[in-house]
Amino acid sequence: MSNKIVVNSTINGEPQVFLCEARQTALEVIRETLGLTGSKEGCGNGNCGACNIILDGVLVNSCLVLAPELEGRAVLTIEGVADTCAEADLHPIQQKYLEHAALQCGICTPGFIVSTKALLDENPNPTEGDVRLWLAGNLCRCTGYDKIVRAVLDSADAMSA
Amino acid sequence: MHAFDYAAPKTLDEAVSLLTQQNGQARVLSGGTDLLAQLKEGKGAPALVVDIKHIPNLMAYACDARQGLTLGAGVPCHSINGDSSIRQLYPALLDSSSLIGGTQIQGRATIGGNLCNSSPAADSTPNLIVHEAVAHVTGPAGDRTIPVAEFCTGPGSNVLKSGELLVSVHLPAPAAGFGAAYLRFIPRNEMDIAVVGAGVSVVLSGNRIQKGIVSLGAVAPVPLLVEEAGAALAGQDISDALFARIGQIAEEAARPISDMRGTIPQRKHLAGVLTRRALQKAIDRARAA
Repeated sequence: MSNKIVVNSTINGEPQVFLCEARQTALEVIRETLGLTGSKEGCGNGNCGACNIILDGVLVNSCLVLAPELEGRAVLTIEGVADTCAEADLHPIQQKYLEHAALQCGICTPGFIVSTKALLDENPNPTEGDVRLWLAGNLCRCTGYDKIVRAVLDSADAMSA
Repeated sequence: MHAFDYAAPKTLDEAVSLLTQQNGQARVLSGGTDLLAQLKEGKGAPALVVDIKHIPNLMAYACDARQGLTLGAGVPCHSINGDSSIRQLYPALLDSSSLIGGTQIQGRATIGGNLCNSSPAADSTPNLIVHEAVAHVTGPAGDRTIPVAEFCTGPGSNVLKSGELLVSVHLPAPAAGFGAAYLRFIPRNEMDIAVVGAGVSVVLSGNRIQKGIVSLGAVAPVPLLVEEAGAALAGQDISDALFARIGQIAEEAARPISDMRGTIPQRKHLAGVLTRRALQKAIDRARAA
């Protein structure tokens, strides 16, 4: 039996307290304890990016973070992305993914959008090469990536306009 | 993952004491990109995971043209990639820190963890070797310093004893005329494990290489320091013949296995090609510095 650990963190801007076991990942807690099921488990070992979150401003795979590591830290999940932009219901990145039909089955999409937000936070005017390199750790089996890359470039234009 | 306890000590003494009490049943958690993937696969069953990221020393780095670079064991690649002083003084280090995994892996993965995981294919270890880096270690018997070239002892094993942990790696200040580079071959552009990696450093004086170091990854049970290549570079003028000779020495020094990533002949060939290219890039950087 392992002990339960109390963790205090900030999830999408709101203070949250949760109980977890040391062996649980941040992804498990985000989905199953906090009920935020937008982040997906694809591979579970850091290859696919479907579980990506922004942890204290840095893009990480939540499947490779232990839940107790979230103590005192700020997490942004896909559910919080739209609220980082006050003007509309959807974040401009989400809007551009829709306009470019940059998704089909949708499983990878939350991870892609979170990764795109981290990219544009760090580099508001990326080249196509920058976008493809940054998103190399996000896998999509449906789109062929081109529509995603166009959506990201168009998001950058829309957000810097 | 199986059940284990988690501790986040705030001092090195506390960390050493926890690791010592567990007598080999604890694992150190730095960026977690290797450790958690291994635990999920059932490789190892520690009773305790010790998160070192709350120990201020281990999260700090200092980069200075006279003192060199001291890189805490918990500093993620993301911090290295974003630091202008490291980029300026040790551009070759970014050859590794910006190609390990993808963006989100670099957000967590550390150079210290890459060294302690001791994979023969580690992308930063050959690079540390050609920078003549040393590892600062602490443990129940006190502190010690080990050249990175002598740190790994086999696939997944190293010189750390029970209760010991890596504190930092130190790269000496670059000498005048210093340049280095690391290159790896993978069958795609990114997000893969090296088929072969090659690091080279030189200290140039005009057209003469005063000193050179070559290190190869993924061609032996540990990252290799190719001593014959260093001897063959020392005091030589840059020439096509020198490049051919160094490439041949690297090819002969490589003693790889055949596996799903590559065959023995392919890896030996790549060791020669990548060493020649990394030598050129190291020379170019030395001239630009």
